Amino acid sequence: MAESGGAAGEEFVPRILVFSTVSISDIGIDLAGSSHMHYPPSAISIPLPCSSGIRPDWVLYALSHGFDGVFVAADGTDCPFVPDCTKRTAKLVGEAQDLLRENDIKPERLKMAAICSVCAEPYAKHMKNFSAALHKIGPTRKAG
Amino acid sequence: MSDRRIGVYICYCGGNISDYVDCDRVRDAIEHDEGVVVAKTTMFACSDAAQQEIIDDIKEQKLDAMVVASCSPTLHLFTFRGVAERAKLNPYLYVQVNLREQCSWAHTDVPALATDKAVYMVKAGIAKARLTVPLDKTRIDTVPRSLVIGAGISGLRAALGLSDLGISVFVAEKTEKIGGWVADMGRMYPHDRRGNELIADLVEEVQKRDNIQIYTQAELAEKSGSVGDFNVKLNVKCELIPLNVGSIIVTTGFHSYQPADGEFAYGAEGVLTLPEFKQLLDQCEDELSYQGKAVSKVSYIYCVGSRDASGAEGANAYCSRYCCNAAMHASSVAHDLSPKLHQFHLYRDTRSYGKYELLYQKARRQGALFIKFNADAPPQVEKSNGGFRILVKDVLTYGEELDIDSDLIVLVTAMEPRPNQALNDIIKVPLGLDGFFKEIHPKLRPVETVIDGVFIAGAAQAPRNSAESVASALAATAKSAALLKKGYVELEPLIAEVDPDACSWCDQCVASCPYSAISKKNFGEKEIAEINAAVCKGCGCCVPDCPQGALGVKGYTDGQIKAMIDAMEVANG
Repeated sequence: MAESGGAAGEEFVPRILVFSTVSISDIGIDLAGSSHMHYPPSAISIPLPCSSGIRPDWVLYALSHGFDGVFVAADGTDCPFVPDCTKRTAKLVGEAQDLLRENDIKPERLKMAAICSVCAEPYAKHMKNFSAALHKIGPTRKAG
Repeated sequence: MSDRRIGVYICYCGGNISDYVDCDRVRDAIEHDEGVVVAKTTMFACSDAAQQEIIDDIKEQKLDAMVVASCSPTLHLFTFRGVAERAKLNPYLYVQVNLREQCSWAHTDVPALATDKAVYMVKAGIAKARLTVPLDKTRIDTVPRSLVIGAGISGLRAALGLSDLGISVFVAEKTEKIGGWVADMGRMYPHDRRGNELIADLVEEVQKRDNIQIYTQAELAEKSGSVGDFNVKLNVKCELIPLNVGSIIVTTGFHSYQPADGEFAYGAEGVLTLPEFKQLLDQCEDELSYQGKAVSKVSYIYCVGSRDASGAEGANAYCSRYCCNAAMHASSVAHDLSPKLHQFHLYRDTRSYGKYELLYQKARRQGALFIKFNADAPPQVEKSNGGFRILVKDVLTYGEELDIDSDLIVLVTAMEPRPNQALNDIIKVPLGLDGFFKEIHPKLRPVETVIDGVFIAGAAQAPRNSAESVASALAATAKSAALLKKGYVELEPLIAEVDPDACSWCDQCVASCPYSAISKKNFGEKEIAEINAAVCKGCGCCVPDCPQGALGVKGYTDGQIKAMIDAMEVANG
């Protein structure tokens, strides 16, 4: 699968898959919701125990199956499992971006940020900004 | 075709979801999905009646998996796992979809798009449920000790409660002094007892206990481990003391709103905050006097620092809730000192809830006048003849402007969240929009936090009076004790697993496991990795490091993740 490369149509709403974590970033994402902070509804999360457990091929799989961007809502320094979670997750993100390049998908379609259990506002902001950035890049699927 | 028999329940949450998500459209979109046998909407999935209906469906329809699309799993995951268990269905065949916190509440502005998202989310949940397998929990032993942070009235009462139940308690108090705000108070509502005596009684009782250890000038420096078995370090007068505790109760109290200079003339002699006025009352013996001069007129201005709808940074939009009653009680104490005192209560609204109505009635009987003003026309205070002149428009006499002379002005000030940044950097309990520590649910799980084993109580959680603080401290005590007295917690069986056919033992997973939970074993004619179930925490760090893709975490398998993505790829109908 290759990038469409063309400009996005007006109707294009980037679909974002968020890999969140059950004990940390999901709590922050929940807090964004319970505080009624709005962010694009095209962002949907799949919760995992820890962001250091994301397989790079899942990112490729998502971007090949209907999603325009993948956001890793990482545990960061709050990770209850491993103290070097940020480093581990960053390594996986690097590997996933290499995998995307090999498949002619722009690595900018994958973004990572630490979202802690109180990071409601940063999460909403990340979703808005990432959605806007993906809108510029355009859809992963070819038009039509 | 899947041979699974899945029941799907989409909750309205009494409007919390259905006001923004068209739940019936979601049901219509998923009811023919592969494996779905039952697809229903429900007003409250967590209600007794709905739970029984699910149990009946599981039994009658022979369901072998269930999906409830409702609120966050932090609230009801265990409720619905319990429903599954009561219907003799393995609880790990249950999948919860978070339609409230992560959909309806976050997208109240775009209901149609929220409904589209809900369809995707439920489809993904069903896809995951199709691949669930029965699992059994693992058990870990808990430590029968607790750490209480903050030695105010809530912390001391929690410590005594835990001690009564046979749990050893460490209390860490940041300051040199035990007792917090209440230790400095004289007569206080709701029981008209002296605060300093209440604290003295508690401290006397604490001193009798061998299983309570109080550290003053102590702050939490480190925390590791998990529910039932935390390893913490206290920084006590620059010395690090390691402790092993099973639970933590945070009772760090509140900060009293400090008015800005000039706010209702604050800063001038004779303008006091409510806590300052209460101290003055306690110091007076025969009559109410201020700086050696008898006081004959006192005016109270309510809601100072509370209910500020301006949206300005740092403005407290909430009602502090305790202060109306505290001001009325102070008014009665002042009357007892000087029965001829003239007292004027300038209020926006009064909140003398429940039995505290009696405080309002008593103050009125004693001659205090209550004058209601509008938030957009606050009282104007100016100095005059050694006292103050207050101009206020009385709402209840059609906006008549009253001109009140006063010797003293009492600003009925707010309770604010205490600045706790250093503590919260370690403890990581979420804060609400008001800045106070946030419980999982104010009614259903009022002292539990999203950090398992960490509880909150007292005014660290919300503005409240001493009786309410103690009630919540005892609730946290009960929750903590229920956790620790059992002697063990059951841990999720959602740990790593090895696909023996794919594994060829390259030992890369050994290096990636932070807990040394992976070892080598013989499997037929080859060697493969083996997971130690008692040691594995289920983080999944080993999963991406396996070059053969032979590792996964139960409940989050490669098949489930890809199936969820596939389910969300299809066009939204």
